[in-house]
Amino acid sequence: MMSEKELVRFQIDGLEVEAEKGQMLLPVALEYGFEIPHLCYHEAVSPYGACRLCLVEVTKRGRTRMTTSCNYPVDAGIEVATATENVLRARRMMLELILARAPHSERILAMARSVGVEGTRFPIIEEAEDCILCGLCERVCREVVGANAITFVNRGDKREVTPPFWDPIACIACGACVYICPTDCIKMEERGDERTIVRWKRTLKMQPCKSCGKPFAPLFQLNWIIDQVQLPKDFFELCPVCRKQKK
Amino acid sequence: MKGEGMRVRGLDDLIKLREKGLKRLYPDKIKMTVEMATCGISAGAHHVYEAIKDRIRERKLDITLAKSGCIGFCQREPLVDVWIPGKPRIIYQEMTPEKGVELIDLIAKGDLQKEWGLCRTEEEVIFFEDEPRRYTIESGLEGREDISLYQDVEFYKKQFKIALRNCGYIDPESIDEYTARGGYFTLHKVLHEMKSDEIINEVKRSGLRGRGGAGFLTGRKWESCQKARGDRKYVVCNADEGDPGAYMDRSVLEGDPHSVLEGMIIGAYAIGAHEGYIYVRNEYPLAVKNIGVAIKQAEEKGLLGKDILGSGFDFTVTINKGGGAFVAGESTALMASIEGYVAEPRAKHIHTVESGLWDRPTNLNNVETWANVPVIIEKGADWFSKIGTEGSKGTKIFSLVGKINNTGLIEVPMGMTLREIVYEIGGGIPDGKRFKAVQTGGPSGGCIPEALLDLPVDFDALTEAGSMMGSGGMIVMDESTCMVDVAKYFTDFLKDESCGKCTSCRDGTLRMYEILDRITKGEGKEGDIELLEEIGWATTEASLCALGGTAANPVLSTIRYFRDEYEAHIRDKRCPAGVCPALITYTIDPEACIACGKCKKECPTKAITGKKKVPHEIDQAKCIKCGTCKEVCPVDAVKVK
Repeated sequence: MMSEKELVRFQIDGLEVEAEKGQMLLPVALEYGFEIPHLCYHEAVSPYGACRLCLVEVTKRGRTRMTTSCNYPVDAGIEVATATENVLRARRMMLELILARAPHSERILAMARSVGVEGTRFPIIEEAEDCILCGLCERVCREVVGANAITFVNRGDKREVTPPFWDPIACIACGACVYICPTDCIKMEERGDERTIVRWKRTLKMQPCKSCGKPFAPLFQLNWIIDQVQLPKDFFELCPVCRKQKK
Repeated sequence: MKGEGMRVRGLDDLIKLREKGLKRLYPDKIKMTVEMATCGISAGAHHVYEAIKDRIRERKLDITLAKSGCIGFCQREPLVDVWIPGKPRIIYQEMTPEKGVELIDLIAKGDLQKEWGLCRTEEEVIFFEDEPRRYTIESGLEGREDISLYQDVEFYKKQFKIALRNCGYIDPESIDEYTARGGYFTLHKVLHEMKSDEIINEVKRSGLRGRGGAGFLTGRKWESCQKARGDRKYVVCNADEGDPGAYMDRSVLEGDPHSVLEGMIIGAYAIGAHEGYIYVRNEYPLAVKNIGVAIKQAEEKGLLGKDILGSGFDFTVTINKGGGAFVAGESTALMASIEGYVAEPRAKHIHTVESGLWDRPTNLNNVETWANVPVIIEKGADWFSKIGTEGSKGTKIFSLVGKINNTGLIEVPMGMTLREIVYEIGGGIPDGKRFKAVQTGGPSGGCIPEALLDLPVDFDALTEAGSMMGSGGMIVMDESTCMVDVAKYFTDFLKDESCGKCTSCRDGTLRMYEILDRITKGEGKEGDIELLEEIGWATTEASLCALGGTAANPVLSTIRYFRDEYEAHIRDKRCPAGVCPALITYTIDPEACIACGKCKKECPTKAITGKKKVPHEIDQAKCIKCGTCKEVCPVDAVKVK
């Protein structure tokens, strides 16, 4: 069924803008060139609203309130303010809190500096190992890859992201989590014919290319893909380079 | 099995059920009822019940023994209610198995036991009848006048029970007894005489606001859900009551589960839902059991299922047991949990009345709200809206706990002042101590000081004072309570129970806790109060759900009203209430000490020295500040500074 796309007009920092009704505010604002810091948002996955950095003030029917823009569906006539004093004040506190979890991340340090936060007054949480619990890795693994290899466990300050039951049995070492992590706290290493996703303690043997002999992807991953999309068993015999040459 | 028998097809059958219930409620022989809600059981009611049962059997007496829910006065449990035909009903307090046996023997002889009487009742208010139901009293009171009337007992005098109307009066496992007090007659009226809009209009006009905490207008919520597009809609009962020290919903489910069911069926009919869920925490085994029994009975009687009361309306209810996460009480987290996901709140830019459970229109209300519904429909919006204040109509149940003489579950008209609740219903502070604060609204409520005791309980007034109505927890604190320690306790709870999604809530509560912990250990520094205020503000403003939005209340309200206490901890390294171990010293007043040796004997670190007839002394290097010496001292010679 085709649904009619309804365009709505509203304001961001006084500028008249237009977007599809129900579209999330953050991507619209970014497209119009507004700079709103964000860490747990990525266009490839559904919005989550965890890092609380993309806070803005939205006035709707005369009522103003602070809300995250990544999961706020736009509507006609709303007035959005992206950098009020309250917004900046809250954002600074969020960055100070986040910084104490990821003090080694260059990206977080730069983002903090950009809003005037030079350091954090809070004790560093070393066990976090730079993870800010934004959940991008969990969403990309579940929504895009479909492997469901990692998940949130526990609640409150004991929350962490880990393979279910701390056993990385479902991880295909595809590296999507490595790619999407905003603090680079998930690392991938390749040694000989083995690939390791360090944070999840997952090491898989790689398949050598039938033509050039170089290991190019974990066998477990290739079989998983073959299984998922029902490809012929010999579909992944060649590495991407040799496959191109063959064509 | 109770409640067995034929299906109720219409009014005639309902009346027959009521007749059966009336015979059970007011039998023509002696009936003893032990109040067996969780509060009663924890005070030993089951031992009393067993003792009475054994004695009746031993003496082959023709006495009916029954169980009921809690009539509210938990402090005086176990309570035993004695019904003798032709006499006022008497409730006996602080019963023991021995007293139970003695009471039976006296009753069997036709004697009256007066000393243990809490109160007598000569009539019952039943909202579905025009006049109070008066007992036929045949041959005068015969000494029973010495036991105060229910309505003269200080604890009950100012109460007004709507949601708790049947608690303590009926056997919660008997659908007959529920109908005998008017139950399901309103449902019959609704299904046969009222249209959806009429019902919603009545609830709207009553001004009923959600009793779970947010205080949203119930009628408006129903209307939005009714109007929402979707062929399948749901109603949900939130019974995931998780506030420490609060047990309003537990008591209603334990004592009168059918009132909740009847409310839900009425709501479902008005909204156009055919499926309902009760989300109840599994830590409430008796509530889970009783609501389960009630659902089964209602199904057997045809009050749930297909073609309810011959009206053509279908509705089923399923129980969902919660796994112990406080945050699951948040409506969107609760719905995620029913769907089988982790209980984590989501943004409510699209309301749950439009897209809730399985993305379908869902109307969620809490236990107390649902229990109010049948009475509102029966008595009408005009009657209901006369009770309470301008912005908060009706009554509210509170669990009154902490440093208070009369601990218990109370239901009062909105607008009653905290002073009336604490000093009249609650009977004031024990041991002649001074009142210090009352915490309303559960863990993320705020602490209200003595200067604001004349504040009325009303959604808006409490919020304005930096606290909230919440679901109705009320914890009274006296002068021996340290407010920094209190803030630390609740912040600790909240940091553990935050779902951990939002930076602001997860790390905000964690950081506030760390600072409070330092302050209570004597490691506070200048600027800590301001930093707490800064984190508190950001936690409130930047969090997604109501848990985060109110998580800073304990900290912010104690700073607002007890800032000097924070300053004493930080600047003078002193805990004025004498609570924080790192900031106090125990000494023995040589003038007062009688050298009895008790403290010396009990001290776990052997820090106390002294001989017979020589005042004892505490070696500060060895003292771990456990307070045992102070507790055991018979002459109060141990001082805390």
